[in-house]
Amino acid sequence: MLDVEKLLEEDPLEIAGRRFKSRLIIGSGKFKSFQQNKEVLEASGAEIITVAVRRVNITDPNKENLLDYIDPKKYLILPNTAGCYTAEEAIKTAMLAREATGINWIKLEVIGDQKTLLPDMEETLKAAKFLVKEGFVVLPYIFDDPVYAKKFEDVGCAAVMPLAAPIGSGLGLQNPYNIMFIKESVSIPVIVDAGIGSAADIPPVMELGVDAILTNTALAEAKDPIKMAIAMKYAVIAGRLSYLAGRMPKRTYAVPSSPLKGVPYKS
Amino acid sequence: MILYINGEPRQVERELNLRELLDYLGITFREIGLAISVNGEVVPKSKYAEVRLKEGDSVEIIHLVGGG
Repeated sequence: MLDVEKLLEEDPLEIAGRRFKSRLIIGSGKFKSFQQNKEVLEASGAEIITVAVRRVNITDPNKENLLDYIDPKKYLILPNTAGCYTAEEAIKTAMLAREATGINWIKLEVIGDQKTLLPDMEETLKAAKFLVKEGFVVLPYIFDDPVYAKKFEDVGCAAVMPLAAPIGSGLGLQNPYNIMFIKESVSIPVIVDAGIGSAADIPPVMELGVDAILTNTALAEAKDPIKMAIAMKYAVIAGRLSYLAGRMPKRTYAVPSSPLKGVPYKS
Repeated sequence: MILYINGEPRQVERELNLRELLDYLGITFREIGLAISVNGEVVPKSKYAEVRLKEGDSVEIIHLVGGG
């Protein structure tokens, strides 16, 4: 008999040669407490969690630390370059992140506009090229542009992370066609990052054949983040299996499911 | 001498290496979750005892925090 565990084991997510059972990646921003963040992480089944790089507050240096709650041996801690507006800033931040995490993975983010937080693709590509040469496993946050997505693959990125909608907007998938085109244009994993509003937004994205989902605000701002994490865990599985199962064609008019012949009392 | 730590000028009484600077500031050393750069160059943790700070050095001390 088919069972979920077996299906998931046979279909791992693979990024830069590393295998993951879960196709859900979560962020660690905006949670009420580190304890809540930890419980959400466990409930979500995610194996990768993103973090940000920030200055230690030297007037109050020893506040609680996220890493007291999340074990780097158990989870892949994926640092981001959030808050960077140029390739140079992102590169410097990535160098600090590598020393801080002890691994060479980086979620590359170079923002071009404060209001929309949309990426500056030219600067992101510049930083990606440099960081790949430096030996980083680069996962760039990008606009849902299939032409650019290919350029990121060509310079050696390990995955691309196109947005579903602006960061923190919760608007859900805005352009399924572009995500579909990106899936067709690259062979590296496509991780849809940003814009997911709830678990219900996830299956339609996964059904496009996307490899994984990254979400943060939809968890942190849910009324019950732990329930949302469980919902998302299953939403990702449902969407993935639905994609693998293959959807029926869409039709304009109805097609009966029951036989037309032999209806009782019909003359 | 004056050091610039995370963008702020800070007077220190004597010459310090990076390990001593952490102690001086009351920052707990951690193998994972901490990084320091001096004048823009990231210093590996194995070199904290060797790298001595000079007048006017610009030091960034970072940690990992919640983020998306």
